[in-house]
Amino acid sequence: MVRRFSAVVPLQGDAPSRFLPWIFALMVYLAVLALTGVLILHAAVERWQRGEVDTLTVQLLPIQGVSIEAQIIELREVLAEIDGISRVRVVPHAESVALVEQWLGEGNLPPGLPLPRLVDLKLEPGHALDTEALTIKLQSTLSNVTVDDAKLWLDRLADFGRSLALLAIAVVFLIGLTVVATVVFTTRMGISIHHNVIELLHLMGARDSYVAVQFQHQAMWLGLRGGMIGIVFAAATIYALYQVMKRMETPLAPDMPIDHWTWALLAAVPIFTALIAMVTARLTALRELVKLP
Amino acid sequence: MGEKRRSGNRFAVWRSLGLVRFENVWMRYGLGPEVLRDVRFEIQPGEFRYLVGPSGAGKTSLLRLMYLAHRPSSGLISMFGADITTASRRELMNLRRGIGVVFQDYRLLPHLSALDNVALPLRVAGAKESQVREHVSELLAWVGLADHIHALPESLSGGQQQRVAIARAVITRPRLLVADEPTGNLDETLAQRLLRLFEELNRIGTTVVIATHNKTLVSRNPHPVMTLDSGELHADPLRVEAV
Repeated sequence: MVRRFSAVVPLQGDAPSRFLPWIFALMVYLAVLALTGVLILHAAVERWQRGEVDTLTVQLLPIQGVSIEAQIIELREVLAEIDGISRVRVVPHAESVALVEQWLGEGNLPPGLPLPRLVDLKLEPGHALDTEALTIKLQSTLSNVTVDDAKLWLDRLADFGRSLALLAIAVVFLIGLTVVATVVFTTRMGISIHHNVIELLHLMGARDSYVAVQFQHQAMWLGLRGGMIGIVFAAATIYALYQVMKRMETPLAPDMPIDHWTWALLAAVPIFTALIAMVTARLTALRELVKLP
Repeated sequence: MGEKRRSGNRFAVWRSLGLVRFENVWMRYGLGPEVLRDVRFEIQPGEFRYLVGPSGAGKTSLLRLMYLAHRPSSGLISMFGADITTASRRELMNLRRGIGVVFQDYRLLPHLSALDNVALPLRVAGAKESQVREHVSELLAWVGLADHIHALPESLSGGQQQRVAIARAVITRPRLLVADEPTGNLDETLAQRLLRLFEELNRIGTTVVIATHNKTLVSRNPHPVMTLDSGELHADPLRVEAV
């Protein structure tokens, strides 16, 4: 059946039939990556919004003449009275030095630089802690304590993530428009190249829809072929990305959404591209054929 | 019964209007000069006519009007009872299905086999594939191309290509068969044989119009003749010149 329709207008031998699959492949590749980006960002934003970052950092600023070690013991006692904290870890001085040396260079730390002592607090799962209240409570005992409010910058990060996701959606939309424009152009070109064949078909009484079917099948087939190439390369890239993200040991690293629905959505991209190409080719052909006698 | 009566009425309408009727028809290509001037004639259903005239007389242009590839610049053309000067594109498509055309340059599709070329009008009309193969094979055998069913046009001789073109034109048993120099590349025997095919189709109701230079063919197979010269039809429109 397909042979019957595709053979009449010899579109297979045209230049567009050779380059179009690669254009579709590129479009699908970019669209799948952009969509993956949207899904990753969506999942990350959701996680950040849920407050799943379950650590807080308390800074103890050094005061001249006061033993910081004694203050740490005092701080631990206060923290022990607060509900929702599952673990208190005092960051060793050497670790703090190493953190600063990342910026200043190894061995470049001035000897007298007063480094704050950092204390990592791990919260119990699902337990939200009011950072402001914690700061007030700690400062009532130790005035030189500050608490890093991660929520504030996490909210900003979430806003940024949402903006990026919107940008990625816009990119997917633009890719769709490019597919449409490419198919419109190549269909017009095909009609121009095969003007004689189309005229002959018309003289035999072929309706425009019969001729348009030739173009829509060709566009769909090229879309599917290019889409398959694109999805294979995109899957390889996503897999590589997944491996890299797995190695990132930070609680802020976004998760890779790898459930079945996600894969089904991504796998549908080439099919959707082929459908867009098919419908565009049909509508373009019908519109152009009306101009012929 | 009702259907039969309707068909009979329709036939009567064609009879009264003529299957093909040209009234004061002028034609030009684009902004060029008129290639047909004040052409008037009428062909009744079931007629067989030759269209003769020197090269450049306008025979092909007249045929183009008859197979609805072109509209006249002025005048009235009626085909199968329908006024084609005001017909919509869709109506023209339907009318074209009743016309078989043998083009002077054959216009075979080079990427399709002889079978697929001949099958094209049937497929365009939505015929079943099983019937298509059967009918096309039979007809190709009749025109002596049984061994070339799957051959591409480029592998066929000029005469063989012409026979494929003729088979394609008659495969749907059209009401009107228009042929532009259909025997141009054929030897006398084959030309006579193909003319017999046209006459056979004519006997079962197809109206045939053949543009030809072949005077021997015209004299051996006498039918009414229309003569074109410099875009003008010289014969009396309603009393066609006999050979």
